[in-house]
Amino acid sequence: MSKILNIEHLGKTYTSGSKQLTVLDDINFSIESGETFAIIGPSGSGKTTLLGLCAGLDYADVGRVELCGSDLGSLNEDERAQLRNEKVGFIFQNFQLLPTLTALENVIVPLELQGVKKPSKIGKELLGKVGLQDRLHHYPSQLSGGEQQRVALARAFSNKPSILFADEPTGNLDQDTGDRVIQLLFELNQEAGTTLVIVSHDLELAQKCNRLLRLRGGKVVSNEVLIES
Amino acid sequence: MAWRDSKASGSRLLLFMASIILGIAAVVSIQSFSKNLEENIAVQSKMLMGADFVIDSNQTPNEKVLAIIDSLGGADGRSVGFPSMAVFTKSGDAKLVGVRGIEGDYPFYGELETKPKDAAESYKKLGGALVDATLMLQYGVKIGDSIKLGNSVFPILGNLISAPGTSGIGASVAPPVLIPYNAVEETGLIQIGSRVGYDFYFVAEPEQDLTALDEKVDPQLDVENADLDTHISTAERLGRSYENFGKFLNLIAFIALLLGCVGVASSVHIYIQEKLRSVAVLKCIGATRRQTFLIYLFQIAGMGLLGGILGVLGGLLLQQSFPLLLKGFLPFEVQVSLVPNALFSGLLLGVLLSILFALMPLLNTWFVSPLQVLRVEDNGHRKSRKSQLWVVMGILVFIFSFSFWLLGSMRYALYFVLGVLVVFALLGGVSTLFMRGIKKYFPTSWGFTSRQSLLNLYRPNNQTTVLILAIGVGTFLISTLYFTKDILLAQVSLEASENTPNLILMDVQTEEKLAAANSIEASGLEVLNNIPIITMRMHQIKDRPVRELILDSTATQNRWVLFHEFRVTYRDSLVGSERTVDGTWPMERKEDGIIPISISDNVAEDAQVKVGDTLVFNVQGVLMETQVAHLREVNWARMQINFSIVFPSGVLEEAPQFHVLTTKAPDANKSASLQRELVQKFPTVSIIDLRQILTVIEDILSKIAWVINFMAFFSILTGIIVLIGSVRTSKYQRIKENVLLRTLGAKSKQILRITALEYFYLGLLGGGIGIFLSLLGSLLLAKFVFEVSFVPSLIPFLVVLPGILMLVLLIGMLNSKSVLQSPPLEVLRKEAG
Repeated sequence: MSKILNIEHLGKTYTSGSKQLTVLDDINFSIESGETFAIIGPSGSGKTTLLGLCAGLDYADVGRVELCGSDLGSLNEDERAQLRNEKVGFIFQNFQLLPTLTALENVIVPLELQGVKKPSKIGKELLGKVGLQDRLHHYPSQLSGGEQQRVALARAFSNKPSILFADEPTGNLDQDTGDRVIQLLFELNQEAGTTLVIVSHDLELAQKCNRLLRLRGGKVVSNEVLIES
Repeated sequence: MAWRDSKASGSRLLLFMASIILGIAAVVSIQSFSKNLEENIAVQSKMLMGADFVIDSNQTPNEKVLAIIDSLGGADGRSVGFPSMAVFTKSGDAKLVGVRGIEGDYPFYGELETKPKDAAESYKKLGGALVDATLMLQYGVKIGDSIKLGNSVFPILGNLISAPGTSGIGASVAPPVLIPYNAVEETGLIQIGSRVGYDFYFVAEPEQDLTALDEKVDPQLDVENADLDTHISTAERLGRSYENFGKFLNLIAFIALLLGCVGVASSVHIYIQEKLRSVAVLKCIGATRRQTFLIYLFQIAGMGLLGGILGVLGGLLLQQSFPLLLKGFLPFEVQVSLVPNALFSGLLLGVLLSILFALMPLLNTWFVSPLQVLRVEDNGHRKSRKSQLWVVMGILVFIFSFSFWLLGSMRYALYFVLGVLVVFALLGGVSTLFMRGIKKYFPTSWGFTSRQSLLNLYRPNNQTTVLILAIGVGTFLISTLYFTKDILLAQVSLEASENTPNLILMDVQTEEKLAAANSIEASGLEVLNNIPIITMRMHQIKDRPVRELILDSTATQNRWVLFHEFRVTYRDSLVGSERTVDGTWPMERKEDGIIPISISDNVAEDAQVKVGDTLVFNVQGVLMETQVAHLREVNWARMQINFSIVFPSGVLEEAPQFHVLTTKAPDANKSASLQRELVQKFPTVSIIDLRQILTVIEDILSKIAWVINFMAFFSILTGIIVLIGSVRTSKYQRIKENVLLRTLGAKSKQILRITALEYFYLGLLGGGIGIFLSLLGSLLLAKFVFEVSFVPSLIPFLVVLPGILMLVLLIGMLNSKSVLQSPPLEVLRKEAG
């Protein structure tokens, strides 16, 4: 197996007033293609910042991020966007659907950005897989939280990503709905053979992954193998 | 609590306060300046007249008038004025001027401003002339050169920079030339048909009651075709004419203010939307409806007061610039001063308008349920219809009261409110229809970016309607100004047809007629008209003598017809500007000897006569009994010689008369050489060059347009501020969407395209509707008010619309620049937090 994400000596500092706040300090790890990987830690430990840096949503102050064979530090914003569009999927705690688009339209946005002709077929198929075949033309405001997250799930897989980043995917859902979404996420992931990186403070969810990275105060506390892939 | 809450987020409302600041600044400055103007006219009225009161007449004063003058202690000064051709002897150039022969120490107030200064005194002693400074500059004439008026030649002793009663539009057509009174007769310019005005100037005793004098003496003079004007009545008349213009400017400022109010309403709507959760929390922990409502009401009132203060300060600055702006119109210099009433009304407007226009969104805080804390759904608050209706009524009552205060007429205030409602409703309605249309017939086949930009127009908390209103009203105002200017110019423009004269020879005496016509033909031009003119007054209307009607305060005839010296012609055919309304043409002489005449419909209405009624005219001492046989509608706007009374041929041929000859000169050079030649041969003939008059009218219109454009600029600027404000309010929403698209892999080009297209649609829609409404309004105005065919100028389509589009795009794109620069994670974090 090849490395799909490689992090070396990664660091990030924010300036708050006159103070320097180190959010991430000398982070090192790598993820093999097809792995499921969890990043856990208490609030403020730097989980989301790390996820953002891994996905090229922000620039690192020090260190190196290599995603799908590309050094993110050497890419400009448009090149990063293109990389994300072709190889990366996202799921957010707050679903992040475009309110002006229907469920189906939301799912096919990444394909439309790529310029794929007639992407609706793929979108319908994916929404069918997440059980929303009857809600294709509903707007986000007409869907429940669980349904919105399932739409986000379908969108995340629409561009057949090599790696999928999920930031607290069940954070805004009740236990039952959250469980169903996670089950769906793992099923789709298995089916597509995508690498999955989940950020969470939910240990139970994290333990479903192959590996677990614990963060505290911006530093790696442990990097454990839970299930051999 | 209101203060604590506003500290955290009140800055967001500041930009919107800016939108009312400009409106208030415009209203305060115009109100203050109008007041200044009124005060200045009152203070300077004596200087404007040059005396305390004047007795004037358009005919040689008869014995009764002279007796009245004597009874008032005799005039302290007098003048005689008439239009005449002047020839600058050095170059031979000829030009129509307004000659005034002056006797006595007139002006008694103010001064004759001349260069050199002592020329104001010396011209009378040395028998020289003072010539309008601009005229001298135009014709390259210098002090020491000579000017020929009729048979006399005068040395030019000075530049006339200003003199009482010699400014305004008349002075632009016939610039003033002052000569000594006793030199007038020698010029030989006062003849039959000459339009001569005789003025007698008086200096009153300090305790003299001029109003009482006016009331006592003026009716006596009226009967003798003379008039008494005091400096007070003249100032009032002058004030009224500027008042109308001031009112018009005030309305434009008010529109700017209303536009700002739309911005306030929209900003408060977004602001309150964001606060509803806090309101629900406050209610949960025991705050009453009243308390939560007042927290935000106080915030808005505070902001309104701040906007009012800043607006008043801006208005004070602006007020200083008005004397400069209006220089072309005003016959005197205006001293600006503080007007406490205007300042107070500015502050009041700020608070009142902010509260009124914020009430609708503020009502949300009243009706929001504490349950909102637990439920995310947006159905916890439903405003009552009744309260909404009250707010709308309040706004309408305010607009009506304010415009009534500005215009002083219920009817016009009602028209204004209706006009504002129609424009706002049409803009709002058309934009809503457009949105629904897009939703229904959504172009699904378009590319992603084009579709996304269209969809953005109805994102949650969208500002589409506000933006379209702001852009639309701004465009409507500016293009209406252009179109109206077109209509006004179309009214006065010369028709380009072969037979339209552009040179009119006035006051041609009968014995000169043939020779003058020969001179025109000898220079290769054609005499287009040869019109005889006889002057006469009405002596009896139906069976009542005019003298009786003058003294009868219950007489319903319009008084001007009783005093007017009519210039009458005789002919057997109608001309292009005339149309039969009643009676028959040509008129037939009856056997009883009564002369059939044709009169224009406006004179018939003012004299209250119809076909079949009799009129007796005094034709220079001879009474002539006539009967109205024909009524005509006359298009007075046509630049040609029109007559209100026409006699048939065969009646007036032997009466003392003068003639008007017309011709068409192909260019300015030919016109100038013909004028030179004619003046040389016929010194008493006045020549009106319509081409020159048209230039003067165009110049005046462009000056007016400039001032109106300046005021409209406030509306536009307010529109831009509302636009910037609206764009900024929805900025966070845009950042969120664009960052999400970025995260999903959208390139900068794609995001820019989405944003640019969105603003393009907004600009095109707002600007397009604005221009369309203004075109419609102007067409109606042209058809029903001015009754002219109207060819719209292309400027609104070629300059205004693209200009507005570019502006909207620029503002939108500048705003999105920061969106493209925001790191995606920053926004996503904000959302999560």
